[in-house]
Amino acid sequence: MAAGKGVKLYGMWASPAVRRVEWALKKKGIKYEYIEEDLSNKSFELLQYNPITKQVPVLVHDGKPVMESLVILEYIDEVWKGNPILPKDAYERAKAQFWASFSEDKCRDAVRKVYFAEEEDTKMKAMEHLMEIIRVIDQELKGKKFFGGESIGYLDLVFGWMAFWLGIAEEVASFKVVDSKKFPNFTSWINNFINDPLIRGNLPPRDKTLEFFRNFRKLHLASCK
Amino acid sequence: MENGEDIKVLGTWPSPFVIRVKIALNMKGIVYESLEEVEGLPYKSELLLKSNPIYKKVPVLIHGGKPLCESLIILQYIDEAFTIDGASSLLPSCPYDSALARFWAFYLDDKWFPSLIGILKAKTKEAKEESKKQVEQGLELLEEAFKKISKGKRWFNGDKIGYLDLAFGSHLGWLKAIEKSENLNLFDEKKTPNLIEWAQCFLSDDNVKKVMHEIDKFVEYGHKLKIKWGVAN
Repeated sequence: MAAGKGVKLYGMWASPAVRRVEWALKKKGIKYEYIEEDLSNKSFELLQYNPITKQVPVLVHDGKPVMESLVILEYIDEVWKGNPILPKDAYERAKAQFWASFSEDKCRDAVRKVYFAEEEDTKMKAMEHLMEIIRVIDQELKGKKFFGGESIGYLDLVFGWMAFWLGIAEEVASFKVVDSKKFPNFTSWINNFINDPLIRGNLPPRDKTLEFFRNFRKLHLASCK
Repeated sequence: MENGEDIKVLGTWPSPFVIRVKIALNMKGIVYESLEEVEGLPYKSELLLKSNPIYKKVPVLIHGGKPLCESLIILQYIDEAFTIDGASSLLPSCPYDSALARFWAFYLDDKWFPSLIGILKAKTKEAKEESKKQVEQGLELLEEAFKKISKGKRWFNGDKIGYLDLAFGSHLGWLKAIEKSENLNLFDEKKTPNLIEWAQCFLSDDNVKKVMHEIDKFVEYGHKLKIKWGVAN
């Protein structure tokens, strides 16, 4: 690769938003250089490319940075036309983008509320709310192997964090919402997703991730006191 | 997609998210029916709850009976569904410039606007000062972004108002109102001269004037919100 040319991805191994970009790059067959960031000691390059939010992932294409994982996914889809990720039809695309915002806002918020709840009744209420959310997703997945139909599509990449990191949250914060009887479609989707060849080799190691999020949760709860 | 198809916008007049959608439709010459969710009512209309059962929020664009939610998504949809020629498009055709516009719109809605409203919501002087600082820092970042993105032209989008102009400009009603009611200067002649000029141009645009209410109406509404939040003087 010529200097400044090519694709670089600044990331952190445990981050679901970063993995999402990696899955998209892999789906498109795009070669890239991965740079691991220590978020407690961010590199000069990361801060130079993203002085605004200072977060990962940052995709750098021919020297130009793109930030925010959903923006990156759309960018990748527009530049590399093969193996399209987003629907072509304007209305279908808008619907898909809406579900993506549902994942990023409602779903993540609902998980966070359970994950950081310390008192029993706060936790119970938060769990009920999260299950309502999962019920919506379960309905959406009825009759489908993936959101994208027979193969992984945009919404699978967007919701993919729930297939792995929700399980991590359940174990770290001692709660259970993924129930195959209550949410059969959602549970099947989780299995289909994590066993798909695109995803299987590209998930963080479970034990290391559990340890990371245990620490992360402890630090966060301590800082709130 | 033709003008003949039924287009409705469910909204509330003070919402920047609604404002941007209406300006975009005006710019595209699209005729639409504006349905105002009545403020002060404790319940939301049946049409809103049916069209946006997940968020129950405005704006909702209903095109030929099909609902669409989330203002930035609606802007992209309007651009794709109603663009007659490439020249009148809201988003840049270059994927990188488009990604940059989308990133800044996300930043404005997700980080900057909450800080702006934070000035109104603040319960203490310190909290107000902190929000003000965040808003000002954000404006300095946006000033730099404007210089790079506009490439010397009048708008973020170049010769015509575009997606990012709409995303940012729709917040100007509240910015001006908060400057007035809280006796602040958030823009700075030395630090954000380009944005000051851009804002003046935006608020003078005919398509914007049709949608954006008088600043005093925002001030009055802001006062009602402060009472509701228990922070009114």
